[in-house]
Amino acid sequence: MLRFIKNVFYLYYDGFRSMTVGKRLWLIIAIKLFIMFAILRLFFFKDFLKTNFSSEEQRSEYVIDRLTGKQ
Amino acid sequence: MIEFNASLIEWSRAQFALTAMFHWLFVPLTLGITFIIAIMETIYVRTGNPEWKRITRFWMTVFGINFAIGVATGIILEFEFGTNWSNYSWFVGDIFGAPLAVEGIMAFFMESTFIAIMFFGWNKVSKSFHLTSTWLTAIGANLSALWILVANAWMQNPTGMNFNPDTARNEMADFWAVLFSPTAINKFLHTITSSYMLAAIVVIGISSWFLLKNRDILFAKRSIVIASAFGLLFAVITITTGDSSAREMAKVQPVKFAAMENHYHGRSFAPLVAFGAMTPDADTAKKQNFIFKIEIPNMLSYMAFASPNAFVPGIYDFTYGNSEQGILSFTERMEKGRLAINSLATYKTAKKSGEDSLAQASLAIFRENYKHFGYGYANAPEDFIPPVKLTFYSFRIMVFLGGFFLLLFIYFFWISIKNKVEGKKWLYLTAIFSIPLAYITSQAGWIVAEVGRQPWVIQDLMPTMAAVSKIETSSVQVTFWLFAITFTALLIAELKIMLTQIRKGPQNEGGH
Repeated sequence: MLRFIKNVFYLYYDGFRSMTVGKRLWLIIAIKLFIMFAILRLFFFKDFLKTNFSSEEQRSEYVIDRLTGKQ
Repeated sequence: MIEFNASLIEWSRAQFALTAMFHWLFVPLTLGITFIIAIMETIYVRTGNPEWKRITRFWMTVFGINFAIGVATGIILEFEFGTNWSNYSWFVGDIFGAPLAVEGIMAFFMESTFIAIMFFGWNKVSKSFHLTSTWLTAIGANLSALWILVANAWMQNPTGMNFNPDTARNEMADFWAVLFSPTAINKFLHTITSSYMLAAIVVIGISSWFLLKNRDILFAKRSIVIASAFGLLFAVITITTGDSSAREMAKVQPVKFAAMENHYHGRSFAPLVAFGAMTPDADTAKKQNFIFKIEIPNMLSYMAFASPNAFVPGIYDFTYGNSEQGILSFTERMEKGRLAINSLATYKTAKKSGEDSLAQASLAIFRENYKHFGYGYANAPEDFIPPVKLTFYSFRIMVFLGGFFLLLFIYFFWISIKNKVEGKKWLYLTAIFSIPLAYITSQAGWIVAEVGRQPWVIQDLMPTMAAVSKIETSSVQVTFWLFAITFTALLIAELKIMLTQIRKGPQNEGGH
């Protein structure tokens, strides 16, 4: 088991170390994920119902009111 | 009358279209090229010929770059569901949740594990284990697509659910009905097989560039023979699945079908417009206007119902009704929709105030009219006519370019097996320029699917106008431009990497 874990670790470790074009791609992926989660998600894409209502019941009440024209 | 902010709806739609189309730039190549790579590696493992390993590794790098460019772009869509489309998200929550959860788990475990072995496992795991990982990466990617396409198909043809009036949510009643609805099967098969065509075009186009530059000839010729055979096989299947998709659409989304054909007046022996140009006012006038058209007699009746004399209802049959054919008008459905909306409101009020008999009576009216629920939000019957011109032209772009690719596959395959691929500059240029055309075709297909079903976000149940969150239009505008600028910049950077790698060509060894 320990040997298996060691082999898996070295598969990834050696793989990342010997990457060529992959290093630049990982950098771009990291930048992209940072923009998405640390900027867009945090500041711009808040979950509307979770942000404005604290319980499932309130959320369903609100949506029904919206759908039936009371809001 | 329920009031909606038209500007907010349009900006939310534009943003979703932008992010979905951006996301779809990367998905089809991933779906198809992984299988092409798996076939190439299988030949390498069976023959032991190192040239096939070199070929496999090159296309694996192309796949890796495409995968990296596209990874996580779909997550933005999920952000938008919660922020811009909260009514919709709540309304469909349970139906969408299950397939997307399965997709997330599958994508993470299958793709991430086996992709790592694909890229890092050369010379570290056995050939057969590496090959298995490559095949499983391809299968995993396609299975991931299955779940999101099932969710999309449910929006086109909602089935296997019950609406809970206490929570305002649709709850899944029959998972298998959702998974195996004819719309889901057709959508999945047509989407993945057309994606395989796109991948084959990309491989042939890039290989043609090598032939044009007179370098890596053997690599290019071998890549072309695999891609053209693969493309040809799946072009035939794409045509078959396209035909069954159209037939299914004629049944469950007949207005979209009519819009796709600019078919306003229903008739038997309906002809199909093979070529046609519409007048500039065709959409705004809400009527059928052609400058010219070339028709195939009876073909539309045959395409829709497999019978040349079948009656194919037109847009006006749905808008104003056709009692002879038993088609309710949009006006009648709007009345039933309003009845459903009002009875839901009465049910909730009566339940709160303890008036049980009123609540039950209202619930019965609601259930009876639920299938018309979404019609209650519109102001006029014409609001249910989709953008006909865009749908009509997009369909023809998809079909004609698809036909062109079929011919290209046949020709490339023919000259490949005859070993006459070399010295055809015009053909190489055609193949190279076919790469952007393949992406245009793929996007056009989605325009037919999504624009053609407007104004619905969930067919008959929820129009787009009722699906949006009550947020500021300016916040959607800000995120629209933020996304457009940031991701265009990233796309340019990443495309540069792709082109650099292609110019380097296939390498013998080394990391990806």
